[in-house]
Amino acid sequence: MTQLILFMPLIGALVAGFGWRITGIRAAQWITTVLLFLAATFSWIVFLTLGPETQHIKILTFIQSGLLDTSWGIRLDRLTAIMLVVVTTVSALVHLYSFGYMAHDENFRAGEDSYKARFFAYLSFFTFTMLALVTADNLVQMFFGWEGVGVASYLLIGFYYRKPSANAAAIKAFVVNRVGDFGFALGIFGLFYLTDSIKLDDVFAQAPALADMQITFLWADWNAANLLAFLLFIGAMGKSAQFILHTWLPDAMEGPTPVSALIHAATMVTAGVFLVCRMSPLMEYAPEAMMFVTFLGATTAFFAATVGLVQNDIKRVIAYSTCSQLGYMFVAAGVGVYSVAMFHLFTHAFFKAMLFLGAGSVIHGMHHEQDMRNYGGLRKKMPYTFAAMMIGTLAITGVGIPLTHFGFAGFLSKDAVIESAWAGQGGGLGGYAFWMLVVAAAFTSFYSWRLMFLTFFGTPRGNRHTHEHAHESPMVMLVPLGVLAVGAIFAGMIWFGSFFGDHSQVNKFFGIPNHHAADGDGADHKTDGEHKADDGHAASAHGVTSEQGGHAADHAQTDKHHGDVPEGAIFHHPDNHVMDEAHHAPKWVKVSPFFAMIGGLLFALWFYVWSPSLPKRLATANKPLYEFLLNKWYVDEIYDAIFVKPAKMLGRFLWKRGDGATIDGLINGLAMGVIPFFTRLAGRAQTGYIFSYALAMVLGIAALITWMTLVA
Amino acid sequence: MMSADLATLAPEIVIALYAMAALVFAVYTRKDALAGSLLWVTAAVFVAVAVYLGFGRDTTTEAFGGLVVDDSFARFAKVIILLSAAAVLVMGQGYLAGRGLLRFEYPALIALAVVGMMVMVSAKNLMTLYMGLELQSLSLYVVASMRRDSLRSTEAGMKYFVLGALSSGLLLYGSSLVYGFAGTTQFDGIIAAAQGQAPLGLLFGLVFVASGLAFKVSAVPFHMWTPDVYEGSPAPVTAFFATAPKVAAVALFARVMHDAFGGIVGDWQQIVALLSLLSMFWGAIAAIGQTNIKRLLAYSSIAHMGFALMGLASGTEFGVSAMLIYMAIYVTMNVGTFAFVMLLERDGQLVTDISALHMYAMQAPGKALAVLALFFSLAGVPPFLGFFGKLYVLRAAYDGGLAWLAIAGVIASVIGAYYYLRIVYFMYFGKEQDDPIPSGGTLVNQGLVTGCGIAMLGGVLVLYYVEIPALAAAISLVQ
Amino acid sequence: MIVFAFYLFALSAIAGGFFTVVSRNPVHSVLWLILAFLSSAGLFVMLGAEFVAMLLIIVYVGAVAVLFLFVVMMLDVDFVALKAEMARYVPLAVMIGVVILMQLALAYGAWDTAEIASSQLAAPTPALDDIHNTAALGYLLYDQYFLLFQLAGLILLVAMVGAIVLTLRHRTDVKRQDVLAQMYRDPAKAMELRDVKPGQGL
Repeated sequence: MTQLILFMPLIGALVAGFGWRITGIRAAQWITTVLLFLAATFSWIVFLTLGPETQHIKILTFIQSGLLDTSWGIRLDRLTAIMLVVVTTVSALVHLYSFGYMAHDENFRAGEDSYKARFFAYLSFFTFTMLALVTADNLVQMFFGWEGVGVASYLLIGFYYRKPSANAAAIKAFVVNRVGDFGFALGIFGLFYLTDSIKLDDVFAQAPALADMQITFLWADWNAANLLAFLLFIGAMGKSAQFILHTWLPDAMEGPTPVSALIHAATMVTAGVFLVCRMSPLMEYAPEAMMFVTFLGATTAFFAATVGLVQNDIKRVIAYSTCSQLGYMFVAAGVGVYSVAMFHLFTHAFFKAMLFLGAGSVIHGMHHEQDMRNYGGLRKKMPYTFAAMMIGTLAITGVGIPLTHFGFAGFLSKDAVIESAWAGQGGGLGGYAFWMLVVAAAFTSFYSWRLMFLTFFGTPRGNRHTHEHAHESPMVMLVPLGVLAVGAIFAGMIWFGSFFGDHSQVNKFFGIPNHHAADGDGADHKTDGEHKADDGHAASAHGVTSEQGGHAADHAQTDKHHGDVPEGAIFHHPDNHVMDEAHHAPKWVKVSPFFAMIGGLLFALWFYVWSPSLPKRLATANKPLYEFLLNKWYVDEIYDAIFVKPAKMLGRFLWKRGDGATIDGLINGLAMGVIPFFTRLAGRAQTGYIFSYALAMVLGIAALITWMTLVA
Repeated sequence: MMSADLATLAPEIVIALYAMAALVFAVYTRKDALAGSLLWVTAAVFVAVAVYLGFGRDTTTEAFGGLVVDDSFARFAKVIILLSAAAVLVMGQGYLAGRGLLRFEYPALIALAVVGMMVMVSAKNLMTLYMGLELQSLSLYVVASMRRDSLRSTEAGMKYFVLGALSSGLLLYGSSLVYGFAGTTQFDGIIAAAQGQAPLGLLFGLVFVASGLAFKVSAVPFHMWTPDVYEGSPAPVTAFFATAPKVAAVALFARVMHDAFGGIVGDWQQIVALLSLLSMFWGAIAAIGQTNIKRLLAYSSIAHMGFALMGLASGTEFGVSAMLIYMAIYVTMNVGTFAFVMLLERDGQLVTDISALHMYAMQAPGKALAVLALFFSLAGVPPFLGFFGKLYVLRAAYDGGLAWLAIAGVIASVIGAYYYLRIVYFMYFGKEQDDPIPSGGTLVNQGLVTGCGIAMLGGVLVLYYVEIPALAAAISLVQ
Repeated sequence: MIVFAFYLFALSAIAGGFFTVVSRNPVHSVLWLILAFLSSAGLFVMLGAEFVAMLLIIVYVGAVAVLFLFVVMMLDVDFVALKAEMARYVPLAVMIGVVILMQLALAYGAWDTAEIASSQLAAPTPALDDIHNTAALGYLLYDQYFLLFQLAGLILLVAMVGAIVLTLRHRTDVKRQDVLAQMYRDPAKAMELRDVKPGQGL
């Protein structure tokens, strides 16, 4: 069944991409959508019926060369199952939504209807690669998925290929991701170099050994686990748009809005978080790298939230919001509570996808107007969209009843993140992460409500004509919103216990053997030994049935001293008690995000409902700060000055001087000067007289015998 | 003893007897009216003998007291010679008939020339070598000037004859020097005598022999006759010059160098490498200035001989096999190309100016495509056959320690690509012209152009089946 | 005496060759060539190869050279003009000639024969007591080198065919003698008498 989930989107992509001429555009759209819904159904079945063991499903052998043994395989555990559900569900809904959204696109001329089939093919292709990423059983396969989603993202951001800005954004996304991917690739190389394997199980088994290793890299000695975790995290930074490598995400909003919802909110950008959680057995042995993850996550959460405060483009607000929420997830992962990171990822997927789709619905109804300053009072024109957006906003801002487990999805997951951040402050950053997140929560509340007030309340602004023709979206667009709304309301409450409940519940959910955590701090060798035997047994009993798998297990058992493949989807170091501590956080910690949310709401009300002229006055009064935020902390400008301009100058130099003057000059000089000279010479030598021909022969003889005399 | 000798040399004897019988028969019957059918019969005899040689034998036998030898090397070369000669014979029929040149002596002379070539590649003695060479050359002198009403044709024959005589003189002079040193003209004796440090006299003999052979190969600086003779001779004769005799000459070159002078490889390697270098560059550079397609192909063949000699220059077994493969590919390419040249007719006149090829693809898209494959292959563009030929010789040179020659070969190949690709450019992107060449020509030529064009790509698949016998041939030669 | 004869023949051979090349009159060239042939024949006699010497005189002097003479006399070739063109190259030619000569001198000065050369002579001259030169040559030609002899025959055949191909023309506008027609001619019908009246045509 898992194979079906994986390959149905691929089939859909191939059919729609190459076969639309045969099937017809409409049919191609339906085929992809139906396949995706099937995949989503299967995913939920898998998710709900998943057993505790990690399953390895081998598909085929990919590369076998020396020690490198890459197989296409599916690693099915709780992490994978969560991602499967998220990816296929959102993707299926986005497919459906796109029927309406892409129905009439002014970026394409009449008669170019094939763009629809192409769009759906890209979406399905993206889904396939994303699934390949999350189901990967080894790092090379994961890298394939990693790059595959990059390609799909590139294609979809630049989908409106007639818009120069879309092309620029696509290139930017690709190039910035390349920086991260370079780190990721280096991390994979490093892991292979040190462990002789790219199989996740082998790598995990040797993680403790890596923690004791030193490796020389860039003229310095590093702790191997820290360095590799850090390199992998650079990959995650790129894909998940964390601070420094975040610049591509806002620009990626040039793509069609369904794409933003699917790729740049719910799925692809969370791949980085997934990677960190997936590599938890390694991360747990890399405390410094984890500290960096926490720090950067908190910084991103705060930074993106500040920028989001002043943006006017509706999609950019949500984009920065996404960036910020990803920071939350990284903080949770960074302090070692991977389940919470996944929890936030899970809930975020629902409400953020919904916000985007809602925004898309607004944009669609407003004839592709994206500036919120031209909205206003759309509440009555688009009641369903308004309702959905309201649920999304309630979810993202974290509305719920404090100190209970009753509230919107974002309430539960975000509070869990913030509590974990407080509990994990022993990580070396003090309260930095916690306070950053609380402030960011307030900002989140402010800008989310600002978006709501500007869009749906007040009086219509901007083009009167547009407002008169504003309309509610068709059913195909509203149904996905409704489905996602259900998720945004209930996902948190239903799965709170599984992700952030008490220890045994979480362990059960993620398939972690209970005694592992129970005798957590005790380094009891006897039980450890038994445990090892258990593991060996388990390894040969379940999924790893193929020869290589068995071999790998043997390999791990005999050759390496730490041949313990941790069971379960995520791994906690025996000393990691952050989650338990988070449960016992003081009351003020637990209610702080709620009050931050209330504060943000009140400010938003004050600024945009009670005193709408205030923002402008404030902006003029604090012009430097406003400009600083509006220009996204000038990160793009700095990059432009540091990287882009010098790179362009270098390129120009190599082009004009290097390629043009030197190479072309040399070649042209040879081809147009020297060789024609010899050609004319050859023509003149060919006199037509026999004696001059004979002379040439005799000259040749003379030269040859002279040469022979000289060398003999 | 005698019957075994005759059996060893049976292919040559059969063809020689056939040629004489055909002459006599034609003289006493219908003379030139018979020439057309004689042409086909001759080609059939060639093919039959080639098949016999290709599949019938697998031993090394010497005959007539060691004057000749029949080994895999000789057989490989003979098969190429015979097949290419057959192809060239049949492709010329239409052209010759159209100009009243189809005379019954033509196939007989070609057959005798082929006998000469076969003797050349089988020679194990300097005298046999010379006899084969003269038999071949004399026939070629005659066919070159066969179009006796044309001043150019007679001039071509004359030039070829005089310069050929000079080269024969050089060869004989060198042979006598070698004889003076070794006391014998037998290759076995020469190789036994010429080991280690060679005295100057022997080296001079080597130089003169090599020069004589280089003339037949048309390696620079002994190439001067080539463009004029190619241009002046009737097109089928030019096609013949470009194929079978080149194979014979190159094979003979390899035979003499390895069988007779195998003990002083280091000495002749320098000579051959120099000839190869000069030929590759001179051929490529001089061809650029040519507007006559026959002259252009003459320079092209000079450059290609440079590449073939590069394989020989490496002095290794692999080098010889690379050279043989190169020659097999070269012959295929040239058969196709000359079949194409003979298609270029307007009002019964051969059009040799390459500017006439402008937009030829519009006239004959299929043929243009085949010619595209041929010229890409000649230029050595992958994945066409010519590329692999070059790859073999370059590798041989590199393995043989002549990396500089291999690099020079690549550069020369790049220069040479210009004039090949220019023709392709003309055919596809040239100027529209008022008076295009009509698409036509005999069925045989069209078939040969198409077949060779396809072989440029399809041949890659069967290259392996050429490589095995070529390597066996090289092993039998180099030992 | 022998030495004197050798140098006489050798010098006259070289002189003959030299003047063949340089003399302005082609007829003189051929005559000088004949001198060179004769001198060479003398050298052959001194080597004991009297059969070859006779061949040289009969074939080369008697046939080839005379043929050359005819050709040169019959053809109207402007040798002077040709030579004028060639004269441009004379300095270069002389230089190259000198270089080659010096090198050859170098090679012959230090002539070195392989140690095994004498042992592998294919056809050493037999003692005159055993067999005559002519007979020995015959054995060599028709037995040991039978193949080469046949090949030479083929070459001659090609030469003959070539000569015919290049020169034979079947002209239709040429009057040819038809012997049979002449012989069977009936004198009675050869001539017809007509009475032609003055002032009128036939």
